[in-house]
Amino acid sequence: MTFSVLEGLKKFNIEHNFEVKNIYEYYAKWIRDGRLKVNSDWNKDLKIKFTVQDPCQIIRKSYGDPMAEYLRFVVKSVVGEDNFIDMQPNRSNNYCCGGGGGFLQSGYKEERLAYGKLKDDQIKATGADYCIAGCHNCHAQIHELSEHYGGNYPVVHLWTLICLSLGVLGPNEREYLGDDLKEVDVFHPETAM
Amino acid sequence: MGENAIRLGGKKQSIFLDKVKELLPDGGNLNLCLTCGACSSGCPATGLADMDPRKFLRMAVLGMDDEILKSDWIWMCTGCQRCIYVCPMKIDIPRLIYNARAAWPREERPKGILGSCDMALRNDSTSAMGASPEDFQFVVEDVLEEYREAQPEFSEMQAPIDKEGADFFLNQNSREPVTEPDEMVPLWKILHLADVNWTYGSKGWAGENYCMFLGDNTSWEQVTRTSAKQAQDLGCRFYLNTE
Repeated sequence: MTFSVLEGLKKFNIEHNFEVKNIYEYYAKWIRDGRLKVNSDWNKDLKIKFTVQDPCQIIRKSYGDPMAEYLRFVVKSVVGEDNFIDMQPNRSNNYCCGGGGGFLQSGYKEERLAYGKLKDDQIKATGADYCIAGCHNCHAQIHELSEHYGGNYPVVHLWTLICLSLGVLGPNEREYLGDDLKEVDVFHPETAM
Repeated sequence: MGENAIRLGGKKQSIFLDKVKELLPDGGNLNLCLTCGACSSGCPATGLADMDPRKFLRMAVLGMDDEILKSDWIWMCTGCQRCIYVCPMKIDIPRLIYNARAAWPREERPKGILGSCDMALRNDSTSAMGASPEDFQFVVEDVLEEYREAQPEFSEMQAPIDKEGADFFLNQNSREPVTEPDEMVPLWKILHLADVNWTYGSKGWAGENYCMFLGDNTSWEQVTRTSAKQAQDLGCRFYLNTE
């Protein structure tokens, strides 16, 4: 989306007074400013390891490495610095997961999974328990790769972990967390559906 | 010996190549390919449909448009631009791919992408899942109400639609409101706790654009214009993407 808007505004000469921004930058800013009091203590003893997908649309194609740094700052703030493991290669040099460009909808499933093998290998090589995917296409694709290639690592949205680290993640907002985190610091557990 | 040298049948002009050259400053640099293969060695789509980025570019340079048009590979390239990133000459292969997609008869392009783009054109939501502005508003209000009651710490939480003068115009991928509405809530909580002045738009709220993937300029423009106009009309300073 970021890319289609940025590129579309330019390509079609669409007049506008607003600036196009990505939320990673603001997550980082709000954490630095103390407006989001995140805390990684929940993971101090659990030591669950996380890696993160750098979405092509946001990093390489739109904002470059500075945005990748915001993303890492946020991730480390919420899961703990020692519990973050980078994929290799990463940031602007990261591999696409294979979920972009309409591939998820184009019908070439076998080819899409073959494309994603590289990503699955890359994730497994980190040894991380979870992959964070702050992009819907990446999320859907990597989730499928995790099941298809048997890694079975959960794939989570960034907002889920931010809320977990703020202590406000309810029982019905944990769809993509693994069993190890379903019961951790549940906000209003009595509302479970 | 020289007279027996192999002659390439390069009489034909490549429409893709010419189109892309028109778009790039100084005619672009597509002829500057060193054939080093850095693009292909780092492309996850290399080998699919017996194609890779270098091969694709060479075929375009040689004017093999007919062969290019027969290849399904253009739908297996995600446009991730890693090939440009590693290219010593910064050659824009994804733009060639985009033009090849656009050269297919629209109704012959992959049904899934086509259908998602057409859905987005059905109403002002620009949602690839076809949710109307009314559906969206209903779901947002319903979920918000439920969480305000169930979690009293968030009884003041907002999820405004068309709030004039909000700082941020936030878009929302259709997947949440349509299939897993609870997943909208963590983001609302973050925005609430950070005291952010934000809004969705009743028009152009959907954060996906399959028309771009379809290689359909007119529709891509329509989707982008609808969303941009709403952000503009509401006087928002920032157009905020979550993805």
